[in-house]
Amino acid sequence: MTTVLIAKDSGAKSVGADAVAAAFDAAGADVIRTGSRGLYWLEPMAEIDGVVYGPLSPEDVAGVLDGEGAKCIGPLADIPEFAKQTRIVFKRVGAIDPTDVAAYRAHGGEGGLHAAQTMGPEWVLKAVAGSGLRGRGGAGFPTGIKWRTVAEETTQQKYIVCNADEGDSGTFADRMLMEGDPFLLLEGMMIAGYAVGASKGFIYLRSEYPDAAETLATAIANAPFLDRDFADGFRFTVELRMGAGAYICGEETALLESLEGKRGLARAKPPLPAHAGAFGQPTVVNNVLTLAAVPDILAKGYGIFHSYGRKQSRGTMPFQLAGNIKHGGLVEVPFGLTLRQLIEDFGGGTRSGRPVRAVQVGGPLGAYFPESLLDTRMEYEAFARAGGMLGHGGVVVFDDTVDLAAQARFAFAFCAHESCGKCTPCRIGAQRGVEVVDKITAGENVDANFTVLDDLLEVMRDGSLCALGGLTPTPVESALKWFKQDFDKGASE
Amino acid sequence: MTESAELSGIIHAIARDCLGLDGPLMEALVRINQRFGYVPEVAQAILAEVLNVSQADVAGVTGFYSDFRSAPPGRTIVQLCKAEACQAAGVAGVVTEVEAALGCAFGETRSDGAVTLEDAYCFGNCALAPAAMVDGRLIGRVEAKTITALVKP
Repeated sequence: MTTVLIAKDSGAKSVGADAVAAAFDAAGADVIRTGSRGLYWLEPMAEIDGVVYGPLSPEDVAGVLDGEGAKCIGPLADIPEFAKQTRIVFKRVGAIDPTDVAAYRAHGGEGGLHAAQTMGPEWVLKAVAGSGLRGRGGAGFPTGIKWRTVAEETTQQKYIVCNADEGDSGTFADRMLMEGDPFLLLEGMMIAGYAVGASKGFIYLRSEYPDAAETLATAIANAPFLDRDFADGFRFTVELRMGAGAYICGEETALLESLEGKRGLARAKPPLPAHAGAFGQPTVVNNVLTLAAVPDILAKGYGIFHSYGRKQSRGTMPFQLAGNIKHGGLVEVPFGLTLRQLIEDFGGGTRSGRPVRAVQVGGPLGAYFPESLLDTRMEYEAFARAGGMLGHGGVVVFDDTVDLAAQARFAFAFCAHESCGKCTPCRIGAQRGVEVVDKITAGENVDANFTVLDDLLEVMRDGSLCALGGLTPTPVESALKWFKQDFDKGASE
Repeated sequence: MTESAELSGIIHAIARDCLGLDGPLMEALVRINQRFGYVPEVAQAILAEVLNVSQADVAGVTGFYSDFRSAPPGRTIVQLCKAEACQAAGVAGVVTEVEAALGCAFGETRSDGAVTLEDAYCFGNCALAPAAMVDGRLIGRVEAKTITALVKP
């Protein structure tokens, strides 16, 4: 019988993968539902003996099974957008049934746990530090240092909190990983718990990801390593907690408040969560991709991970191509490619066919880059030098119809909508920003209002409690710096 | 049993189920909102009593999160992503068409209770933008006509 791999990833389903899977099933094929390979422009996509067909509708199924070539893209290994990737974290996503324990093990699962068990917690801490792994959520803090800090705390109860509140527009790697290889995340969390002495883990998942919630719940119930003796009396449990539609809860201290059952208000730091995090106890808060990178680092040796990437940006990064892009999807590559290579070589340019005018990298708090900055390398420091940030690796492409004054206004409006209200620069500043941009684009006292805007941006950047208010100036400033003419339209008309 | 007594009973049961959890209030509200599509006003007093917190705490947490509706939603719930990736893919046009076709604005429930239109900020489907969720079902590369066809009369 023909075995057909079809994604049950929510993105694939959003364009009809379920109906295609049902058609293959009805035609007598053996259908295995997997995660998505991340080649979203080919979804709904089917993989038969390593050969890819897509995008498919149920009507195409008979032809595919009869060997017709109309929808045949070719071997997966020959699709340039896939072949040029270095899949480490995402190696199993798309290849296996996400909650099939036997398949997980057959494809190298639990390798990190076995290494940790043999070598002990201190070795794990050294390996993670030596790998050069930095937090994939956006801040890029060295994971080894964070883990060491928590390990050195002497408190009885410590926690591992997985930040799965992937709220940045343009990002979906966490979702794909949780839907496509949830055991990997759980394995990474358990290794973290073992290394720092934390017996309990929480996954804080955003409510916009119901499929991920279902997959994670199944994986937690079936993971063969959770809630049983591991080594030296160590035993690890994981609890899934849902958010409720608050972007601010992706900020780690607001997340902890929410996890504790409170309003998602950002906390002042110090104390760092590593010293006093969830329920006041020492806590590792890591992004999904950070935790998911760990098992391979231990199984293969941290030197291999460290050999990928450049300078202070080591390993691979799952970048995400989104927005007005022809070949949108997930691109896991070593750090160091240029933004242009990502957009042109992997993304195929805009979907509309019009020229790229602006690219926002790193979510709503990331900078808008003009064409002239597309040769910036995808590295933490290179992006910082160019006035932006890599963030969680989301790349949102806009064509030449975009109005950057409107995008700057949206940055303020989004901040106003999502502000937790605890600090004044963010709570008042964001709304004030909307009003000032409106005045400028209406041509009202333009020069004076630009001065007000500059002042406002400085207050928000320097005076906000957390990254939401503190980084909202980034997209606005980049819009002002590179696309000033968009703000002057109202004045000149 | 009257409808309101039944509702109170369910909320009581959910609250008691959450008692053993660390930080139970949020989880209780999530479950109540999932069960009813909103958080009934009576939940405030029940949660405060069962979880031994102030009604002010419950009101504060309920009001903070946009998922927690204060009134029952329409028979069909349409959530449309208005974040950057969907903007880049032309969601503005979808918004205009959906509002015109359904005679209802985003942020509102139509007066006949047929549909609630809500803003959303990212479903993680940004490679297939614009994205919408209709009654919990994610739709990629969404067009207005796809949404309106799913609205139950």
